Amino acid sequence: MATQADSSEEKIIHLLKHYLPSQFPLKDFIHHNTLHAFQHDPFHIALHKASELFGYKTYLRLDEYRQLFKDGRISVEVLKKIISEKKGEATIDQWFSILLNKTVDTIIHSRIGKVRNEWKNFYKFNLSKQTHPILFRIIGNYIDQGIAIQPFPVADKGFLESIRVLEKTGSLGLFKNTRAKALLFSSSCEINKLLQIILGDESLFEHYLFDQQFEHPGWSGMVSVLEDNPGTLLDRRNISLKDFILFELLLEIDALDSKFGENWLPLGMRMRTKSIGLFAELCENELYDIFTLWHEAFEWSYYDHILTGLQYTTRQRNHENNKTFQGIFCLDDRGCSLRRYLEKTDKNCETYATAGFFNVEFYFQPKGGKFYTKLCPAPLTPTFIIKEESIKDKRDKDVHFSKQTHGLVAGWVITQTIGFWSALKLLKNIFRPSLSSAMSYSFHHMDKNASLTIENKNPNDKIDGLQVGFTIEEMADRIEGLLKSIGLVNHFAPLVYIVGHGASSANNTYYAGYDCGACSGRPGSVNARVAAYMANNIKVRELLKLRGINIPKTSQFLGALQDTTRDEIEFYDEYILSAENEKNHEANKHIFLNSLTSNAKERARRFVLMDNKKAAEEVHKEIKLRSVSLFEPRPEYNHATNSLCIIGRREVSSHLFLDRRSFLNSYDYRIDPEGKYLLGILKAVAPVCGGINLEYYFSRVDNQRLGAGSKLPHNVMGLIGVTNGADGDLRTGLPQQMIEIHDPLRLLVIVEHFPELLLDVIRQHEPTYEWFNNNWIHLIAIHPENKTFYHFKDGCFTIYKPSQQTLKSLDDIEKIIESESENIEPILLK
Amino acid sequence: MQPNLLIQFFLLIPLTGFIISLFIPSQKELFLSRVATVVSGLNLFFLLFFLTLWLWNGHPSLNIKEISVFRDSGYEFLIDLYFDKITALYLFVGALLTFLISIYSRYYLHRETGYKRFFNTILFFYSGYNVTVLSGNFETLFIGWEVLGISSFLLISFYRDRYLPSRNAVKVFSVYRIGDVGILLAMWASHHLWHENITFLKLNNYELVHEHLQGHSGIGIFISMMLLVAAAAKSAQLPFSSWLPRAMEGPTPSSAIFYGSLSVHFGVFLLLRTFPFWEHQWIVRIIIGLLGFATSIVAISISRVQSSIKTQIAYASIAQIGLIFIEIALGLENIALLHFAGNAFLRTYQLLISPSVITYLIREQFYNYKPRITTTGNSFLKRLEYTFYLLNVREWDLDTFTNKIIFTPLKRLGRKLDFLTYRNVFYFILPTYAFCFFLFATSRHIPEQISQYLPSVFSFTGLLMVLKSFSERKYPRLAWLLVIFNHLWTVLAISFNEKFSFSHSLIYLSGIIISGIAGFICLQKLKNAEPHFFDLNQYYGHVYEYPKLAFIFLLCCLGLMGFPITLSFIGEDLLYSHIHEDQFFLAFFNSLSFIMGGIALIRTYARLFLGPHIKTYHETAIKTG
Repeated sequence: MATQADSSEEKIIHLLKHYLPSQFPLKDFIHHNTLHAFQHDPFHIALHKASELFGYKTYLRLDEYRQLFKDGRISVEVLKKIISEKKGEATIDQWFSILLNKTVDTIIHSRIGKVRNEWKNFYKFNLSKQTHPILFRIIGNYIDQGIAIQPFPVADKGFLESIRVLEKTGSLGLFKNTRAKALLFSSSCEINKLLQIILGDESLFEHYLFDQQFEHPGWSGMVSVLEDNPGTLLDRRNISLKDFILFELLLEIDALDSKFGENWLPLGMRMRTKSIGLFAELCENELYDIFTLWHEAFEWSYYDHILTGLQYTTRQRNHENNKTFQGIFCLDDRGCSLRRYLEKTDKNCETYATAGFFNVEFYFQPKGGKFYTKLCPAPLTPTFIIKEESIKDKRDKDVHFSKQTHGLVAGWVITQTIGFWSALKLLKNIFRPSLSSAMSYSFHHMDKNASLTIENKNPNDKIDGLQVGFTIEEMADRIEGLLKSIGLVNHFAPLVYIVGHGASSANNTYYAGYDCGACSGRPGSVNARVAAYMANNIKVRELLKLRGINIPKTSQFLGALQDTTRDEIEFYDEYILSAENEKNHEANKHIFLNSLTSNAKERARRFVLMDNKKAAEEVHKEIKLRSVSLFEPRPEYNHATNSLCIIGRREVSSHLFLDRRSFLNSYDYRIDPEGKYLLGILKAVAPVCGGINLEYYFSRVDNQRLGAGSKLPHNVMGLIGVTNGADGDLRTGLPQQMIEIHDPLRLLVIVEHFPELLLDVIRQHEPTYEWFNNNWIHLIAIHPENKTFYHFKDGCFTIYKPSQQTLKSLDDIEKIIESESENIEPILLK
Repeated sequence: MQPNLLIQFFLLIPLTGFIISLFIPSQKELFLSRVATVVSGLNLFFLLFFLTLWLWNGHPSLNIKEISVFRDSGYEFLIDLYFDKITALYLFVGALLTFLISIYSRYYLHRETGYKRFFNTILFFYSGYNVTVLSGNFETLFIGWEVLGISSFLLISFYRDRYLPSRNAVKVFSVYRIGDVGILLAMWASHHLWHENITFLKLNNYELVHEHLQGHSGIGIFISMMLLVAAAAKSAQLPFSSWLPRAMEGPTPSSAIFYGSLSVHFGVFLLLRTFPFWEHQWIVRIIIGLLGFATSIVAISISRVQSSIKTQIAYASIAQIGLIFIEIALGLENIALLHFAGNAFLRTYQLLISPSVITYLIREQFYNYKPRITTTGNSFLKRLEYTFYLLNVREWDLDTFTNKIIFTPLKRLGRKLDFLTYRNVFYFILPTYAFCFFLFATSRHIPEQISQYLPSVFSFTGLLMVLKSFSERKYPRLAWLLVIFNHLWTVLAISFNEKFSFSHSLIYLSGIIISGIAGFICLQKLKNAEPHFFDLNQYYGHVYEYPKLAFIFLLCCLGLMGFPITLSFIGEDLLYSHIHEDQFFLAFFNSLSFIMGGIALIRTYARLFLGPHIKTYHETAIKTG
């Protein structure tokens, strides 16, 4: 019996953990599908479910879709096509009138909260008002990473155990009545037993716990994440969701005892109608049919345009022996425009892109650092460590963050002295913003002049079980993987740049989300430098030669970091260059700098407050100021507007202006006939790009519940998250300032390969297959030989014919960039 | 050079800016923020110019001759301005910070739906700030004081589509209202002490003050204590401290200048301003010093256990203000002024850069982390440590304390009238009122032993109406009518008191009646449109669909609570002048009605119009979000 109860309790907790937000502390912010819990269902069914269960808004508002239709952004043809596919051709007229004119009740009636709300109905008692403030304060203080001057007094025990110590030792407790306190120490301190007191009806337990935890999904989600990933906190905490729930239940019992004495009737005894259960089957709802049709039509109106553009053939630009340089970038959508400018400025260069950790995965320990930072995609667990060896101490101090200012006597002195200094600093920060120690600055991630322990000399050289550096063999494996997956195996240019990216911003709690996602939310400078080092190593090159990659002696690799906020670049280890390459490098640097300036101008078109008709250099200066201005909530727009991912050779898309909306992953089907590298790429693209895309999607359609709301009132809590004001829940998702220009479209992944092979490849990996099969990501194959499109639907590929035939074609996009601040349709570049 | 003229500009410029800003369309972001920048910039520029002249002339204290707004036999309502070094510094800090924040917010608030509302409120606040700082007598100060209260309410509830900002705005407004009653009673008592509208300039006259206080030391202490209540409420001193962290709900820059710096130092201002009055009342100085001391200790201990950056700064700031109270009590005016300015700048800047704390401290931790060594045991010290820790986490139960001693008993009292419903209110109240009015008309025949108590009885009846309104859960229209009735009772009570002064009552009631009727129409409209979402049991967020109605209703609330937009405001003061020195109960009930009426109205407004929208066809926040 007891074991059965235990298992039902475990089941509920397991389910809760599944549905709660799984956002990491802000320093390790990584994009993921906000509704990951529903991913085993097809997209539209999942969205319906999420809405009905938890009250999330999962689509745009109906009037927004109708407006898009009026504005011509949803095309009539596509809408007709979608209706006839989903509902049959005969119903087109009927559905058109429903979609356009029917008055539909779009109010969301959710199941969550139904049981727990009964406290108000039957007892006229606002239970949460009593329990939440103290619950949030205690958990906040317990997890706090260093804001409070006086930390939580007992930390080495588990959460509930620490509460017990406090209760036992102190004269003042958290509970006002004897029962809750006694329960805390008794053996009946189990979820089921406490719920028995509160509800008295086992059939309500699950629904009640969900109601309770989803009144503060931010805190509960954080507890759950910390329970599973204690290492994400530098100052670790021993906490479990179970402890947290127990504590909340005890607080509830205590609050009820305070109000009604000990003899109140459990809630379940008073409820006449029983809950149908949170997860009971959904009813059909016409509204979600309407949303599905509108949404698909919205998406395909855009995709259709893109596919039309991709049909055109590109100009040939391959000069096998005459290349100035090659650049390997991150597949990030923000890299797409820089590559376009480089190729435009220098017709003889070539650009590639891949996941920005460049196939080298390791932990990084900066000089003086007490911890290691993971520099590779989140799901990987490296077994290597690379240390930075430098003599410079790169940290400045700022007295304004000093805890002294909060002391009584010290505060007395400081307010009357430094207080006036603050006024001057404020003046300076408003009129002359500049770099300061409080900012996140991409080039500070690694000291440019420090050396790195990249090569492992002795396999026994280990720190905490991590091997220091890579052996030659291990290096060769990684470089081979890198080069083969992007299709760069011959015709090497004299200089090959490996360019990581990072971001800089001031006063930005989401700074980690702006850096490279493939480096776990850090800048990619170390990875770029490490990969370049490996590729330059003579012994590595010898091994590569045996594996079919012959890099000429004259070719040299150079690591670099591009700052996507400031449009600046820093090159590493330039001293290794041969005299010849030094000269080449000087010339290439100019090309990079010019392209970055043009890139800044293109980005500026989205910032309405900027005048981007000015000369590019002027605009670039202002762009740089943004990144250091305290008052700028949008240092850059990050991944906003992302909607595509093209996996293939550069020729597939280099003739198209894609408006920085596409992830680009270089891949040459000719080198990979069995799809070995393709599988690796898709395994990363689905969760990384798909995760980014869906996080933007959901934060955009419901910024209040799935996003973080406006970031302007945010209050930093415990260095792990933000709340609004003093007493609220932790906010998850993206703030309004990051998603306001984003169109909620699912990612369309376009792969240049034979559809049969692609089908084979995605079937090899079940989790990846789920992304495509449940339509959380759209998938199209471009037949490499005849450029036919194949759309993946219901488990197989069928031919897709784009409907539009004409596309705008322009020589120079500068005019359009100066005049347009909204999305720009694809343009053919001449 | 006529300096007095320039001083009036310090009021006129922000006020003009505020009025202009009301008419700018909300899409004109640049224009809106420009107005705020120009207004504060111009004020700053003028001030620097004026200060130079003023310092050159040996920084004299200036009194700008009063403008009489209303005059009647034995009563005058005067607008009076005053300029001395306290004014100078407050004006300077206010102008500088408002100027900087308006530039800051131009970018920071970009694309925010409430952009216009934000700048309107900032300008409104800034106008009120300057009125208060420049005021030369209590009446003028009170006008500014009221503006500060309302603009604070509007700034805290800036994110009015969420629950916590709406609730906290009401909460802070309630605390402010308690402070207001302090000023009202101080005004009432000082009318009787001075027999005139005493100017702050005259308070500097030691002989004059000394002469009046002689034989009236009780009333002197009473006035000082009331001022202290007002000061403590505004400056978040004990026992009101817990409102300050809860006020940090608006966009960071507004929290930074209002709750970090300007608004929260008004208690300090009031004490500095009235220092000459209580300078020689040693007992008062000791109490102020002790209050400051106690607050510093409590606030600093609470700030040490805060795990969120804004609440930590808030409590640290309260602690410094406690020290400023001590400095004032010690008579260290210059140090207090220096301390005020330093604290204001420091906290503003700290709040503005508060989002950076995560970047900065995480980096610090990354490089300097030392694992904590915790010891356990059951020693006495441990016991003390844990006890204090929890006490601080619970914020010394200050919230519960103020609720328990002030609001809960009042609510209970109001609940006694639960038999009143919207339908039957007329059956009960109208006959009672008619009867009492009859009593009044025939009062000559009532023996004096009885009639002398009648004003207090009526006033208490009025108070009950307001309390019922405050605790009402079902009928918004009932809550509204009860506040109107309260005013009628008040008039009756006061009319009893002296020879019937019809014109005075009319002045008092003029604004009440107009806003009462208009507000009632608003409620009726809302009730017709939303019959299912129309009670006071929860927040309905109707402002989403009825923004205009909400705005008009808010104006009606302000009118009905005697806010200085109608003549009733003057009437309020006028009425107090009719309350005799010995009628302490009458004054007390009246004042209590005044605060609770205001709270009841704002509560009605907030519950109907603010909070997450009840209709969830668009994005709405969860309660804790």
